[in-house]
Amino acid sequence: MSKPKFAMYWAASCGGCEIAVLNIHEKILDVDANFEVVFWPVAMDAKYKDVEAMEDGAILLTLFNGGIRNDENEHMAKLLRKKSQILVAFGSCACEGCIPGLANFSPIQQVVDTAFGTISTDNPNNVRPQTSYEMPEGAIHIPTLLPVLKTLDQVVDVDYYMPGCPPESHQIAAVIDLVIQVLQGKAQLPPKGSVIGAGGSTVCDECPRKRNVKTIKEFGRIQLTEADPELCLLEQGIPCNGPATRSGCGAKCPSAGAQCIGCYGPAEGVVDYGARLIAAFGSVIDADKPEDIERILDGLVDPAGQFYRFNLAGSLLRAAKPAWKSGD
Amino acid sequence: MEKKERIGVYVCHCGTNIAGVVNVGEVSTWAAENLKEQGVVISRDYKFMCSSLGQELIQKDIKEHGLTRVVVAACSPHLHEQTFRNACKGADLNPYLCELVSIREQSSWVHTDKVAATEKSKALIAGGVARVVHHEPLEPLRVPIHPATLVVGGGIAGIQAALEIANAGYPVYLVEREPSIGGHMAQFDKTFPTLDCSACILTPKMVEAGSHPNITLLTYSEVEKVDGYVGNFVVTVRKRARSVNEELCTGCGICWEKCPKKVVDNVFEAGMGTRKAIYVPFPQAVPKYPVIDRENCTYYIKGTCKACEKFCPTNAIDFAQEDQILNIEVGNIILATGYELFDARRITQYGYGRLANVFTSLEFERLSNAAGPTGGNIVLRDGKTTPKVVGIVHCVGSRDKNYNEYCSAICCMQSLKFAHLVHERTGAEVYNFYIDIRTPAKGYEEFYHRLLEEGTHFIRGKVAEITDAVRLPGEEGKLIVQVEDTLTGNQLRVPVDMVILSAGLEPRRDAKEVAKKFGISCSADGWLIERHPKLDPVATVTEGIYIAGCVQGPKDIPASVAQGAAAAARILGKIQQKEIALEPVRASINQEQCSGCRICNNLCPFNAILFHEDRMVSEVNPALCQGCGTCVAACPAGAISGTGFSNEQILSQIEGLLLLNIPKKETVA
Repeated sequence: MSKPKFAMYWAASCGGCEIAVLNIHEKILDVDANFEVVFWPVAMDAKYKDVEAMEDGAILLTLFNGGIRNDENEHMAKLLRKKSQILVAFGSCACEGCIPGLANFSPIQQVVDTAFGTISTDNPNNVRPQTSYEMPEGAIHIPTLLPVLKTLDQVVDVDYYMPGCPPESHQIAAVIDLVIQVLQGKAQLPPKGSVIGAGGSTVCDECPRKRNVKTIKEFGRIQLTEADPELCLLEQGIPCNGPATRSGCGAKCPSAGAQCIGCYGPAEGVVDYGARLIAAFGSVIDADKPEDIERILDGLVDPAGQFYRFNLAGSLLRAAKPAWKSGD
Repeated sequence: MEKKERIGVYVCHCGTNIAGVVNVGEVSTWAAENLKEQGVVISRDYKFMCSSLGQELIQKDIKEHGLTRVVVAACSPHLHEQTFRNACKGADLNPYLCELVSIREQSSWVHTDKVAATEKSKALIAGGVARVVHHEPLEPLRVPIHPATLVVGGGIAGIQAALEIANAGYPVYLVEREPSIGGHMAQFDKTFPTLDCSACILTPKMVEAGSHPNITLLTYSEVEKVDGYVGNFVVTVRKRARSVNEELCTGCGICWEKCPKKVVDNVFEAGMGTRKAIYVPFPQAVPKYPVIDRENCTYYIKGTCKACEKFCPTNAIDFAQEDQILNIEVGNIILATGYELFDARRITQYGYGRLANVFTSLEFERLSNAAGPTGGNIVLRDGKTTPKVVGIVHCVGSRDKNYNEYCSAICCMQSLKFAHLVHERTGAEVYNFYIDIRTPAKGYEEFYHRLLEEGTHFIRGKVAEITDAVRLPGEEGKLIVQVEDTLTGNQLRVPVDMVILSAGLEPRRDAKEVAKKFGISCSADGWLIERHPKLDPVATVTEGIYIAGCVQGPKDIPASVAQGAAAAARILGKIQQKEIALEPVRASINQEQCSGCRICNNLCPFNAILFHEDRMVSEVNPALCQGCGTCVAACPAGAISGTGFSNEQILSQIEGLLLLNIPKKETVA
């Protein structure tokens, strides 16, 4: 009997997710023992046409990381959806857009200009990438950027979501274990649409810091604050996203003295992560006068980055209006 | 497959209130045709849905068409939600399966474009239909009612309320901050427009309250904390140490007679007179027991004196007495904490505090009071000179964008009363400087006419300045009132001997804290807010908390008394029911999802959230929760949901409003 087929693909992402998978150490051997790896560009040579040639549903499990930034990503998302029985949005980019999704605040032209035309780019002729170019050997093509970055489930149907930037290796190992157990008939898959490899509550649940009733008189930046190592960071005015962020990481950042920045995405039942956090922070600001409120809010120097760093593309807003319009 | 709901849609004309702008027939037909997918099986329009015929229409359909959900597109839920819920209940449909869509306040009343208003009404109904599908049958929470009532504030409103309840046979705790009940009314000499002696009509009520077997008087006391909820409040009261043993004291008065320490009385005498360090605020004080003002008592300052102790025939003085903390259980609470006088110093150009013979209204009340510091002689600050000309300035701190925009309601009549008293007692010439004369209650206009006939001058104009800077002959030694007579257009300088500033009423300085303590809200001005300004004037949005008198807004004595009685009547009605049904719209915290971040802990205006240290989760006490939704919105983990306001309900309603999943051809042009 041939082994079930496994694929992993990266779209618009940094590659951290791939490394996180390799970070499961010897467990990777279990993957090899239980699966036939048919497509994994970062780890082995395979061509898109090989995937195209497969029968629909031929791949049992595809871990898809990265957001949908260009038409190549979109094509591969659709292709892998067709060929896979189980498609997992793997990591923050695929689940909710992550850092590349922050480009959704700007029209695509501005994104390109920033990449190729600002002072940090050595581009004396001010060249911009062309999507097709005539070479003596014939025309060559590179993918076309979409006006906004989309999450995987905004393009194709997704079976499971595995959050994290990147997902924690112990969570990946646990998920792989689960799938293997399912294959051996020892366990059942969770309902479609579930978040896997994460907890059901928030980072606070795993955070060892002591918590009191919250009143915030001032927001401060962590690098400028001498924070009490025992006490909830948010109570100390450090904008920690832990209260709204899904548990599963083990509260690594707050345990190490840094605020949670929200890479595990919204907690179960949260529709719009940023809006939730804004409401929560706003609720515990301790001020009556409008000018005091303004002063406290000025302490949040980058609200977009604070509240939507990982999930702008997956939020209710999805993108700023100029970005949408740039697609017209 | 999921059972599909059978929804009835009812579009109300509200006479022409809705039908005059919204094409109700079209809306109703549209809903029947386009919302079938969503479960609408019947849609009707009717002239007055709230009429008994309209309600019967719904009930008939529930029975004949087997409706499982009802959407009524009519006025605001504030008005008729209860009506239609009851109608559903009457037809054995759980009342909470009914959704009211406001197409009057939110559509016909705010739009003139009939086509657009009609389209908007369709969208609102589509939202309501999408939402009602997710409604769940709810049962009201029933809690028993403790028969005792707490009345906070022993002014006339509080006294009236306490007496009404006590006379009906139920226990009352009357808490007053000052050593005696009586409030502002006890400071007045006469009351308008009848010129009754204020004390003569007040003191019998004070005595009755003081000796009533059902009333526990807690004077010199303050409410520190309120826990619990309607029917079952636990109130913490601090009974400050009087330094007098109430069991032994007979109120004979020897102690304050012998006390060598005189203190300016800034409270009862408004700074016009003195009292002793051990004192009762006024002779008819209830209770009769004095208090020692420890800040001014020589014994507490220097450790010697003890004159009161030496002379007390019953050994009632107890210097070591400590504050007592009492926990009182009550079912309902009335707040009747009254008002404060506008501080006339804030209007510097009127010179109060700088020009000796500028008086405030309260000072004048004491000056004209037969039991006051001058024995009722109206004299200048020197204590002997009778004024020959007196100016009375109306609207001081009221109807003024710089201070308070509202009308303080009582100042016109109060000023007329002052004019009469000055006239009667001194024969002085009196000028009233007014913006408008407002005398809208029974007998008030007649009193105004009486004053006109008494020869009082009325000058219509807002006083610009009161000064002692002499500019013209004849002004020497006088106060000059600079004013434009707006009826003649002339600038006037009116020299007078005495000015009375008819200062407006302001909320108590601590009104906001009081509101927070009792879980109710204040207007921007600081007056406590009633549940409905017309139809529910003494209840508040918090069940079991009522307001009466000036704490709700400026008002005169009859209105305060009426409110005190009204609040009492409301409470008596509740007590007699023995238990109360609470709206089941409540927040609840999913214990699995709550991480105990404690963001919600301090937010609840009703103190309904408690935190379990052991399990590190927060929980909502459903009997305390009023369903306001503050915590639901604030919970960053989405662990709190409000019954009737689930994500599913709200998001479905939004989708409905946006006419998603609804055939486009018939929708917005």
